[in-house]
Amino acid sequence: MSVKTFLKTPSNKVFFVIVLLLLAAPLFLSVFRINLLGKFISYAILAMGIDLIWGYTGILSLGHGVFFGLGAYAMGMYLKLEAAHGKLPDFMAWSGLEKLPAIWAPFSNPLSLIFIVLIPAFLAAVIGYLTFKNRIRGVYFSILSQALSLIFVVLFIGQQAYTGGTNGLTSFRTMFGLPLAADNTKYLVYYAAVFLLFIVYLYCRFLIGHRFGKILIAIRDGENRVRFSGYDPAVYKIFVYISSAVIAGIAGAVFVPQVGIISPAEMGIVPSIEMVIWVAIGGRGTLIGAVIGAILVNGLKSGISESFPEVWSYFLGLTFIAVVIFMPEGLVGIVKKYAGRIAIRREKKDKTAEKAPSVN
Amino acid sequence: MNTYFLQVFNGISVSSIFMLAALGLAVTFGLMKIINMAHGEFIMIGAYAAYIIQNIFSRYLPASIFDLYFFVAIPASFFLAGIFGWVLEKLIIRHLYGRALDSILATWGVSLVLQQLARSIFGAPNVDVKSPSWLNGALLVLPGLQLPYKRLFIMLLVIACMTAIYFLMYRSNYGRKIRAVMQNRAMAASLGINTRKIDACTFAFGSGLAGIAGCALTLLGSIGPTLGTNYIVDTFMVVVLGGVGSLWGTIAGGFLIGTGNTTLEFLTNATLGKVLVFTLVILFLQWRPKGLFTINSRSLDE
Amino acid sequence: MKIKFLPKMKKSVIFALTALFVSSAFLSGCGSSQASDSSGSAGDSKDTIKVGVLHSLSGTMAISEVSVKDAEMMAIDEINAKGGVLGKKIEVVTEDGASDPAVFAEKAKKLLQQDKVATVFGCWTSASRKAVLPVFESNNGLLWYPVQYEGMESSPNIFYTGAAPNQQIVPAVDWLVKNKGKKFFLIGSDYVFPRTANKIIKAELKSEGGQVVGEEYTPMGHTDYSTIINKIKEEKPDVVFNTLNGDSNVAFFKQLKDAGITSKDLITCSVSIAEEEVRGIGADNMTGQLVSWNYYQTTDTPENKTFVANYKSRYGQDRVTDDPIEAAYDAVYLWAAAVEKAGSTDVDKVKEAAKGIEFKAPEGNVKIEGENQHLWKTVRIGEVQPDGMIKEVWSTPEPVRPDPYLKTYDWAKDLAD
Repeated sequence: MSVKTFLKTPSNKVFFVIVLLLLAAPLFLSVFRINLLGKFISYAILAMGIDLIWGYTGILSLGHGVFFGLGAYAMGMYLKLEAAHGKLPDFMAWSGLEKLPAIWAPFSNPLSLIFIVLIPAFLAAVIGYLTFKNRIRGVYFSILSQALSLIFVVLFIGQQAYTGGTNGLTSFRTMFGLPLAADNTKYLVYYAAVFLLFIVYLYCRFLIGHRFGKILIAIRDGENRVRFSGYDPAVYKIFVYISSAVIAGIAGAVFVPQVGIISPAEMGIVPSIEMVIWVAIGGRGTLIGAVIGAILVNGLKSGISESFPEVWSYFLGLTFIAVVIFMPEGLVGIVKKYAGRIAIRREKKDKTAEKAPSVN
Repeated sequence: MNTYFLQVFNGISVSSIFMLAALGLAVTFGLMKIINMAHGEFIMIGAYAAYIIQNIFSRYLPASIFDLYFFVAIPASFFLAGIFGWVLEKLIIRHLYGRALDSILATWGVSLVLQQLARSIFGAPNVDVKSPSWLNGALLVLPGLQLPYKRLFIMLLVIACMTAIYFLMYRSNYGRKIRAVMQNRAMAASLGINTRKIDACTFAFGSGLAGIAGCALTLLGSIGPTLGTNYIVDTFMVVVLGGVGSLWGTIAGGFLIGTGNTTLEFLTNATLGKVLVFTLVILFLQWRPKGLFTINSRSLDE
Repeated sequence: MKIKFLPKMKKSVIFALTALFVSSAFLSGCGSSQASDSSGSAGDSKDTIKVGVLHSLSGTMAISEVSVKDAEMMAIDEINAKGGVLGKKIEVVTEDGASDPAVFAEKAKKLLQQDKVATVFGCWTSASRKAVLPVFESNNGLLWYPVQYEGMESSPNIFYTGAAPNQQIVPAVDWLVKNKGKKFFLIGSDYVFPRTANKIIKAELKSEGGQVVGEEYTPMGHTDYSTIINKIKEEKPDVVFNTLNGDSNVAFFKQLKDAGITSKDLITCSVSIAEEEVRGIGADNMTGQLVSWNYYQTTDTPENKTFVANYKSRYGQDRVTDDPIEAAYDAVYLWAAAVEKAGSTDVDKVKEAAKGIEFKAPEGNVKIEGENQHLWKTVRIGEVQPDGMIKEVWSTPEPVRPDPYLKTYDWAKDLAD
C-alpha cells in the first residue's frame, strides 16, 4: 500500500496527523509530559486491540487487563533482572527464595522479550479455543473474562515470591544498559512507543481492510448467518482474540519502562473495564476512535483528578452512561455526523456554484 | 467431627449468602437480559438503608424497641433499592433492552456514580451497623458446636425470598405478565399488557431483592461504598453457572459455588480456594455453556 | 470530493515533514540541552516553599488516606500560622494517587519534575511506596512516609515516620508470649506486609519457644471468615495475630463474635486496626481485643491533648485521631525543623540536618535516626474499649531505636540479606 492510498481515507489522514503531532511533541512539552504522553500511547495501542475484538467483532472482553499485565510483567521481569545485576531480585529474598525460579531464568536474556508476545498469545489461544469452539458468546464471554481477570489478580498477588505480590515489579534501573531515569532514554522509549503505535495501527488497518475484516464485522452483526454461509466463526474469533491479546501485551511492555512499575492493580476488572471505556468514548469500530479515546480520556483523567479527585468518578461514570446510550459511535460518530452535514452543504454549494458562471 | 459438621454448615451458610445476593440478579439478568453491573451497588444501597434506619431508631425512638429496627430495615432497604432501580430503569435501562453488551458498560458507569455518591454522603470510611441483640449468640447443638443465629436467620431469609419470588412469578397475575413479556414482548403487548410498566416494575423488584441482600449482609460484613464490588463477580458466576432465567438454577449455582468455596478453602487456603472454584466454573461452562438448568428454546440468537 | 481534500492534505504533509525534521533536529541536540536543571534549592521560590501531598483521595484506599492528608494539611497550616519555614509560607500541591501504584508513580514524577516541590508527604500502602521509591531516588526527591510497614527497606530519599517492625510487631509478640501464651495463629490479607510480618513473627517465636499452629491468608475483599474461624477453633491457639487489612477486618471480627469467640475466650492482636478502623468494625465487636501501635488518641501527653483538640475542632467532633494520622503530623514538623536547621530546602542538606532531630510529638519524644532515616518511637500495646477508644495496657519505658532490617536481633539473621 503506497502512502498515497493510505492517506486516502480521512481516518488514516487523522491518524497520520496525530502521529506527526506525537513525533513533534518533545518540541513543546517537558520530559515529564512526554513521559506521560508515552503512557497514553501505550494505552492507545491497547485500545486498538480492544477495538479489534469489541468494535469490529463484537466480543466484549472485560479481562483484557490480564493480557496487558502479562506483557508488562514479561518486560518487567527482564528489566528487574537487568537491575539486579545477576543477584536475586530484592522481593524474592524477602519472600524466602534462595535462587532464581525456573520461570524467571530465561528473562536474563534480551531474547526473552519475545515472551511479551508469546505468553498473551498462548493464553488467548487456549481460552479462545475453548470458549469460541464451545460457542460461548455475548455476555457469557464477558462474565467469564471478568472471572479470568479476577483469577489472575488473585494468583499474582498470592504468589508473592514469584511475582512481587501487590507491590508488583518496580525499581528498574536500566534498559539494554541505558539508564531509565536519563532524559535521552525517555525520549528513546517515547519514540519507540510512537513507532509501535504506528505499526500496530498498520497491522489493524491491514486486518480490517481485507476480506478478513469484513467477516469480523459480519460475525458481529450476525454470527449465525456467517456460519450458515460456510465460514467457521470460531476460527476467525480465535485469531482476532489472539491478535488483540498480543497487542495488549505489546502495550503492557511499552507501559512498563515509562511508568516504572507493573502491579496486579493494572490487571484487575476495574482497569479492564476502563480500557473498554476509552474505546467507547472515542468511537468503537474505528481504530482512530480507539486511539483518540485512549489519549483523551487519560489526558482528562490526569488533568481533572489533579484538581478535583472527587469529581472524576462522577464525570467518568456519567460520560460513560451518556456515550453508551446516546452516542454509541462515540466522538468519531459525532464528528462523522457533522462532517457529513458539512459535506452535504458543500455539495449543495458546489451545485449552486456550478450553475453560476465561474470566474476561472 | 464437630469441625466437619460445622464446615458443612458453613458451606450451606455461604451458599445462602450467595443465593441471596444473586436473587436480584437472577431477575434482572435472567428475565430481562440486562447485565446490571451496578447490582453490587444496589446491595450497598440496601446496607446503607439499614444503617439509616438503625440511626433513626437509636436517635429518635426509645432504646427498648431498638432491636426491632431490623424488621423495619428489611422492607426499607427493599423499597429504597427498589426506588433507585425504578429510577434507573426509567432513565437508563429502557434504552438498553436488546443491547446486552451495552448494558454492561452503561450500568458500570452507574456503579461508579453510585459508589461516589455513597462516598459523598456517608464518607469513605466504613460505617457500623449494630446487629439486633436477638441475633447475637448461637444455637448450641452439641458442646463446641454452635450455629450462629445470624447465619440461620439469613438462611430463613433466603427461603422466604425464594418462596415470595416463586409465588409472585408462577402463581400471580403479575408474574404471568412478566413471563409473558419476557418470552414474547410483541405478543404480550398486543394482548394489552403494558410492557413498559412491567419492565420498570420487574427491574425495581430485582433491585429491591439486592437491597434485602445488602441489609442482611450488614450482619456479617463491612458497610462501605465499595461493599458491592466484593460480591459482584461471585453473584454473576452463580447466575451463569446455575443457568440464566431459572430460579432453581440460581439455587443450585449458589449452593455449588458456596460449598465449593468453603470446602476448597478448608482443604487448601482462601486464595487457592477462590482460584480453584472460578477455574472449575469456567471449565464447567465449556462443557455446558448455558449452565446447569437451561430453558430449552428454539430461537437461534438469544 | 477527493480532489477537494487534496490541497488540505498537501498542507498537512508539509507541516508534518517540517515537524518531523525539527523534532529530529531537536532530538539530536537534546542531550546537551538540560539548561533548566538548576542545582539550587528545590521548591524554593521568593516567598513560598512548595511541598507536595500525595495520597489516595479516591478509590479503595481513600478510606484511610484522606484523614492522613488532613493531618498533614493541619500541620502545614499550623506552621504557616507561626510564620512558616525559613520565614516563608509553605505552599501545598495536592495530588491524588487514586489507590493505584502506577498513578502514584506518575504523580510523584509530576511533583518532583513539574512542580519541583521541596519535599513530599505521602503514600500509605507498601505498593504505593515501592512504586514511587525509584522516582524519588532518580530525581533526588524527599518523601515522608507516615505508616507502619514491613521494614527491610531504607531508601536514602525516604524518611519513615511510622513504625518499623521492631517498634510494633516484635515487641507485641514478645509481650504476648510472656503474658498470653505461646500458641499463635497467624491470619492476614494476602499481600506483602502480612507475609513479611508473619515471617518475622515465626522467626521470633522460634527463638522464644513459641509455636505457630496456623497461618492463613485471604484475598483482598474476602468476606467470609467462617472457614478460617473454624480452623482457628480446631487449633485452639492462645493468640490470634491479625494482619488483615481494611474491610476484611470488619467481616472477621463480626463473624468471630458470632462464632461465640470474644476476647475472654481468645485474644487477638492486630497491627492494622487503629481508632479509625475500630469505628467501622463496631467497638462492641472487638471490645477487649489488643492492638499494637506507637500512639493512641488517649495517649497521655500535653502535646496530644492540644493535637486532638485542634484536629477535632478543625475537622469535626466525630473525627478520631490515630497512629498514622499522628505520624503524618509529626512528619511535617520534623521536615520543617530539618529545613530550619539546614537553612535551606536542598534535599541533601535537609537530609544531613535531619539526623538526630528531635520533636515533642503527641506520642511523646521522637527522634530521627540518622543511619536509616526512621524514628525512635515508643511502643504501646492497647486494648479496645467499648466506646471505640484504645486504652494503653503496656508501653516501652523509652523510645525504641528503629531497626528496619532487624540487625540487632539474633533470631532475625536469616531474614534479610
